[in-house]
Order: sequence, then structure tokens, then C-alpha cells
Amino acid sequence: MINTFAGNLGHFAVILAFVSAIVAAYSYYQYTIAPELEKANWKRFSRAVFYIHSVASVTIAISLFEIIYNHRFEYFYAYSHSSKALPVHYMISSFWEGQEGAFILWIFWNVVLGLILIHTNKFWEGPVMIVFALVQAFLVSMILGVVIGDLKIGSSPFILLRDAMSAPIFQINPDFVPEDGTGLNPLLQNIWMVIHPPTLFLGYASTLVPFAFLMGGLATKKYSEWVRPALPWAIFSAMILGMGIIMGAYWAYVTLNFGGYWNWDPVENAVYVPWLIMIAAIHTMITFKKSSTALKSSIVLVIASFILVLYATFLVRSGVLGDSSVHSFTDLGLSGQLLIYMLFFLGVAVFLAAKNWKYIPTSEKEASVYSREFWIFIGAITLSLMAFQVILPTSIPVWNAIVESFGGISNMAPPADQVGFYTKFQLWFAVALALLTAVGQFFWWNKIDGKTLREALVMPYIISVVLSAIIIIAGKVFDISYIIVVLAATFTIVANATILTKLVKKTTFKLAGGSLAHIGLGLILIGVMFSSGYSEIISYNMSGLTYSNSWEDEMNKEHVLLWINKPTQIKEYTAIYRGRQKKVQGVPGYVNVNLLKSTDNINEAIALDDITARGRTHYKKGETVTLILEENDYFQIDYFKDDVYQFSLNPMSQFNSSMGLISSPDSRRFVNRDLYTFVSAINDYEDPEWREDEFFEVSPGETFYIADFVTTFEGGEVLTSLDGIDLKEGDVAVKAKLVVMDYDQEKRLEPIFIIRGNQVGRIPSIDNELGVKVELENILPESNTFSFKVNRYQKDYVVLKAIVKPQINILWIGTIIMLIGFTVAIYRRYDEFSKMRDKGLE
Amino acid sequence: MKKRHIIGLGIIGVAIIIIMSMIGDASTYESFATARDLKMTGNEKSIHVVGQLKKSISGTVEGIEVNQDKTSFYFMMVDNDGTEQKVFYNEPVPADFARAEQVVVIGSYANSDLFVADKILMKCPSKYQETEVSNASM
Repeated sequence: MINTFAGNLGHFAVILAFVSAIVAAYSYYQYTIAPELEKANWKRFSRAVFYIHSVASVTIAISLFEIIYNHRFEYFYAYSHSSKALPVHYMISSFWEGQEGAFILWIFWNVVLGLILIHTNKFWEGPVMIVFALVQAFLVSMILGVVIGDLKIGSSPFILLRDAMSAPIFQINPDFVPEDGTGLNPLLQNIWMVIHPPTLFLGYASTLVPFAFLMGGLATKKYSEWVRPALPWAIFSAMILGMGIIMGAYWAYVTLNFGGYWNWDPVENAVYVPWLIMIAAIHTMITFKKSSTALKSSIVLVIASFILVLYATFLVRSGVLGDSSVHSFTDLGLSGQLLIYMLFFLGVAVFLAAKNWKYIPTSEKEASVYSREFWIFIGAITLSLMAFQVILPTSIPVWNAIVESFGGISNMAPPADQVGFYTKFQLWFAVALALLTAVGQFFWWNKIDGKTLREALVMPYIISVVLSAIIIIAGKVFDISYIIVVLAATFTIVANATILTKLVKKTTFKLAGGSLAHIGLGLILIGVMFSSGYSEIISYNMSGLTYSNSWEDEMNKEHVLLWINKPTQIKEYTAIYRGRQKKVQGVPGYVNVNLLKSTDNINEAIALDDITARGRTHYKKGETVTLILEENDYFQIDYFKDDVYQFSLNPMSQFNSSMGLISSPDSRRFVNRDLYTFVSAINDYEDPEWREDEFFEVSPGETFYIADFVTTFEGGEVLTSLDGIDLKEGDVAVKAKLVVMDYDQEKRLEPIFIIRGNQVGRIPSIDNELGVKVELENILPESNTFSFKVNRYQKDYVVLKAIVKPQINILWIGTIIMLIGFTVAIYRRYDEFSKMRDKGLE
Repeated sequence: MKKRHIIGLGIIGVAIIIIMSMIGDASTYESFATARDLKMTGNEKSIHVVGQLKKSISGTVEGIEVNQDKTSFYFMMVDNDGTEQKVFYNEPVPADFARAEQVVVIGSYANSDLFVADKILMKCPSKYQETEVSNASM
């Protein structure tokens, strides 16, 4: 039965949210321009409208989640983004897998931020909330799903499947509800994907806050006062965006198999660029607060960071990236709307800034080379150039689209080697930043001239040179550009650590945000340099096979083929593939597939033998067990060193009907490096192509070869009972007992032969791991031999790639320290703002 | 000259370097014919070629040869101009490779007969384009 209530409620909430956003924008405008006496009324009214908007927005989210949670597959969104097999936390991922859900998330965060701003600001509430309400109106319009003639506004997540698809089934039965949905993209079935998108969208949403303060400031002619309330939010935004980027990188590292944490994919670049600009904006805003310079640059940068977030959304979600990105979204027909959204705010911002440009206070005096303003300004420029260098090539598909829309032909493609292309610039920019942060921090806390600066920097300089020398020798860093990276990074770490200890001793920890963040930057640089620059593929093929093609020999085979049970050398390890496994609810670790027989129900299997783990029997033979996502296979690979067992890794793969093989890495974490492995190809389990019949006639006790396997025929045994078949009076059932040796593994194959009257039945024994099917073809009593029919497929195997990533932990530690630095800075700046506000000054 | 002018010139200089390097390093979309011409004229740059896998009349993909150790393979590709070309890829066969509606190979000619792909992008039937709801569950 089709449930239309949830969808109707959701759709109604969308319309209410849209209308209330527009009304709120209007009434906040009236509130801002109203004379003092009428302000109270307008304020009450505006707030009430925004509360209605908030309730409506939350209702949208609840309705959509209700549809997913209760498996209402009559709705297109639930059908195409979730399935019954999903656990609850992945249903949350389903929520924002689709674009509509992502917009809802964005709307939700804006509501939360808006409510916080209403209650933490006095003067700024009116102008800031006008901008907020307008942004909300645009965002809600993305999910409006209204069609006027040929014009489609927004894509509603609440449409029914029968309206979204024209399957013939709906003509026969309009009330048809599919049994199950098509499921969630397996790459998103990861705990990081539950928390990464909300973080990122909070980051996106929070860029609006400084922008809204700026717009309010320009409109109300408070050209410089907006900086104080905006600053903590700008830092907050940079922190959350940074956190989102890091989570995304970490997710890529643990889930995707491109071999790292950062790939310079357009989707990644689209977040990285606004983040850089936001960092630049923070620095110029801080400079302005200290010395009344750089206000104009702050204005430009705050506008740019907000517009770049919208541009990023446009890039990723309009389909313009096409085949240049691995994970761009399909176009939902929203690109025009996104473009209007972006151009509207760009237009408003440029208009307001241009109109007021000549009134914006500037400092006439040139900044001295020995002033912090000068160096911070250079830092902001470096950050902007970094952003420019990334956004320009990322936008190549946009240039092509623009040229083509004017009838031209453009065949420009993104650089073939993305990583190399971006790294060669970004690395040097980052080195420049590290040096600037080291020197800049000294200017920051001490007003000094050239001489004192040199004196202050001598010690950190010497210490960092010594430290670098140690790192260079211990880490065997002999590449000249990497040596420079190490020097710059240790210099910023040491210089900032010096400042940090001074600050903590003299004043409070509150001021330490900047130093901490810069120490984080230094650590990130070192971590990236080692883990990427010195990452080493160790899975070179050493099987000794020769190829007919001579040139092909020169190519490095970066993958290694592991046959089951066969020890294979991978650098210093001996790796043995031990078979395919599943995750079973309530059982720690993994369970070999040989112990499980899947049933027709989703995520359910029957135990073929007792399932024991860590000395405890979790399930008895014949019991039904619950699988955790039955599509996921985990391939057990044991690693030995000098014949001593070291550890096992279980890289995952999922054969997904809509996406093919999805492979997730499994890494062994050491303090100073990670061993990162993933499977790049697997055997075809579903549909083996058995080769032609081979026949063997063997007597009990005899040994023979099936393929390369030494096989011993132990003898036959007459059975009195048989699983699954009722033996009747006069039936004869014989089981042949074969023992197959595969390296250190002993496998028992027991084909069965049944005679009932004149009829003969044969139950073959199949071993998928060995790729062998044995049938007891006949028993010849006269010669006391058994005749076996054997079909072979191929032994089970995985193709593995293994990479060593040195010092990746330094990278993660650096990111955490940087985030702590941001947090401290937010606290300090918010404290400043709230003190001023409470004095009634703002 | 004031400092701000020096800074301004510096910015313009770096921006020009960035733009030139982008134009220099940007790849291009080519057909196999133009890609071969490029190779013949000594241009070793990696380029993009868009096309489909070669299919037999019955619609099955043909020409995939997997090397013995399964870590690399050859396949036949037809570009948008209809030129057929043998391509080598030094990676295991992507699992849904044969189902790809469109493939983009990024690489260059090793010799006049063989194109070596450094990277392959595939466009697979997306579930958004799925128009049939399975009736099996009725």
C-alpha cells in the first residue's frame, strides 16, 4: 500500500520553508530600516517567521528520514538510495547520498547557525538574518520540485517512484511497491561517510556567517565593525571545512583504493580552494583588528570564500565535470538554478562592495618590511595564489562548456598526471607558507626591527637545522626538494614552538591558537612529504614469468597474484592468501565462507559447521546467522617474516550489481609507517567456467594428481543416512573419501554415488577454493577401482597491491594539532566579541 | 617603485607562470588518428581518447586478453571516429570493465600499433538512468 502522508508532509514543509524564508527576509529588512519604536514589533514578527522556517526545515528532514527508515520504496528517493539490508547508521548515509538530501542537510545547518546568531547578536541580527533568509530561499528552491510549464524549479526528494520512472509495471498496478531498494553506494557504507558529509556541509554553511556580517556591514555602512563578530565564525568555518577535508581524506584512505588520501580530484579541490581563501581571510581580518590595514583585502577574501563554496557546489553537482571526476554527481537539472544562486550573491556582493569601496577606510602608510602586516599580507597572497593554481585547471570542463556554448570547439582536458601537476606548485607554495609562518609569528608577538629579528630567529634556526639533519639522515631523505621541505617544516615547528612556550609562560593558553595551527602545518608538511614522496609499492610481481613482449618487461607490474595457500614473497614479507570471509553478527573477526551457506533472505546464512572465535563457540552447526552486509567479502592474507607469523590483513571487496567491484583497503598500522593493501582483482565465484571432463580410475589407497594437487583416495564408505535425501530400503549410497593436498592445507572431497533400483544418482563434491569438482562416476567392483570425473576451473586467487606509506601518522597528528589551534583561536575571538557586545558596543 | 608595485608585479608574474603551466600541462581530447600523428611527430604527451569497447554483432565485448599473471591486459577500443585500436593497460581488469558504456583512456602510443593507457575512466550504466523496475519481487 502506498503511503502518501510522509511525502505530502515533506512537500508541504518544503513549500512552507520556502515561503517563510522569503517572508523572513522581507520582515528582517523592515526590522532593519524601521524606526526605533517599531523595531520591537518587527523583531518579534521576524523571529516568529524564522522559527516557522526552522520548524519547517526540520520537518523536511524528518519526513525524508521517515521514508528511508521505514523502507517506503514507493518513494523514488528511498528506492534509489537505500535498501532493507542497511543498518540504521548507513540509512543516515542514504539520507545525504542524493543531492536533494545533501541540500536538506545544508538547509538544516543554516537553520542551526541562524538560530545561534539570532540569540548571540544584538545589533547584527537584522542585516545578518536578511542574508540568511535569502540564502535559505535559494537552497529550499533546490528541492521545491515545482513545474511551471517547461520550467522545473528544484528536484523534490518526495516524488513517488511511479512518477519518477515510467516502468510498465505501473500501468498494470499503480500501487506497486518494490520489495527492496537498489541500495546505498557501497563506497559510502563507511562510518566516515556517516560523519564526513555533515561536517563538510556545516563547513559550507558556516562560510555564510562571515559573508552575512560583511554584507550587513556594507549595507549599514559599518565598514569595519563587522570584522569582530565575523572573525570567530570565519575561524570556525575554516576549522570545520578543514575537518571535513581531513575526514574526506581519511575516508578515501581507508575506503577507496586509489592508493592514498588525496588525489587532486575536482571534488576534493572544490573544498580545498574555499578553505585556503577562508584561511587567507582570517589572517587579513586579524591584521585589520591589530592595525587597521588590509580591510579591503579582507572584504574581497570573505566574498571570495563564500562564492567559491557556491562555485564548488556548482562544479560538483551540475554534471559539468562529466568524465573528468571519479565521483561527480549526475545532473538533476539544477545547474541553471545553482548558477543563478551563485551569480545573484556574487552580483549583490560586488555591487555593495563597489558602491561603498571609496568609503572603506584604508591605511595610507606603506607597511614596513619589518611589520607583521607586511608578512601576513604576503602569506594571504600566497594562499590566494595556491587557490588560483588549483581552481584554474579544475575549471577546464567549465571553460570547454563556455567555449562550446558560443559555438567554438575546445578539446582541452585536465592534466593527465593530476597528482604530479598540482604537487609541483602546491608543495613550493606550502614551503613558502611554512617559512612565512615561522618569521611572521615573531613579528606578531614582538614589534622588532631587523637586528632583533635576526637575534630572535638564530636559536630556532640552529635548532631546526640540527633537527632537519637528524630527520634527513634517519629518514634517508636525499632528494634536494624534499630536504628543503624538511628544513622549512622543522623551522616553522621550532619557531612556533618557541613562541608557544613563551606565550604559555607569560600569558594564557588562549593566545596559542596561531602557534598551534602553524605547528600543525609543519607536521602536515613533513607527514605528506614522507607518506607521499616516499610511499613505496612493494607488491612488484616476482613470479619470474617472462613475457613475449619485450617492452612490456620494462613496465613495472605493480600488482601481485596470490594463489590460495601459496606462499608468495612481497618484499620482506611472505604473504599467503587464505580465503574469502564474511562478517557475522556477534562473532569477532571474520568467518570463512566455507562455513556459511547463504539463504534466500537478505543478510542471512546457515552455519555449515560450528563457528568458533577466540575459543568460544558463537554458533552451532545448522544455526541461522546474520551477516553484516552479505555483499562484502573479506580476503584473509597472512603475513610472515622469516617463517614467523606477523599479522593478517583482510582487505574488503564488494561485488555490487550497479557498480561492479568495489575494493576497500586494509592497512597494518605501525608507529612509523602503514602497510596499505587492497585487492585489485578477484576470482569469479558466481559463475565458474568448468573445463572439460577428466577421468581417473583409482583403487583405494592410491595417490594421483588432480591438476597439481597430490590426491589420496582413502577408500569408499557405505552410507546409512544422507543429509537432505531419504534413503529407502534397497538404496545403496557410497561416499568416496579423497584427500587433496594444497601446500600446507588438507582438503577432504567426498563425492557420493547412489543406486536406487535401476537409477544412479551422483552428488559431486565441489571445492571452490581449489577450483575442483569431483564426481564419483562409477564403481567397478571387479577391479576394485573407483572412476572419478573431474572438472577443473582455477584455484582461488586475489590480485593484491601493497604500498608502504612512511610516517603517515605525523600527517594525522599534524591535522589534529592544527584543529586544536583553530579551536583555541575561536574561543579567544568569540570571547573578545562577546565582551564588546555585553558592553553594548555591538 | 613602491613595495605594493613590486608585490603586484610578483603576483602577476606568478599568475602568468601558473596559467602557462596549466596550458602546457593540460591534456587534450584526441582521436586515435590524431594521437598517432602526435606520436609520429615526436610528441610524447599523454592525451585523452574517448570511445567504446569493441563489441561483436551480438553485443559481447571482444578482444580482452588478460596476461597470465592477471596484473595487466590488452583490449580493443573503438574511438568516436570509428578507429579500432589495441590498448594495453598495466593494471588488473577493472571488474565491471566489460559493462562500461564509454571509456576514456589517458596515455599515449608506445609504437605505431599499440596505445598504452596510464589511466582508464569508465562510465558505467548509472542507476539514475535505470528505467526498469525489477518485477521479480512481485
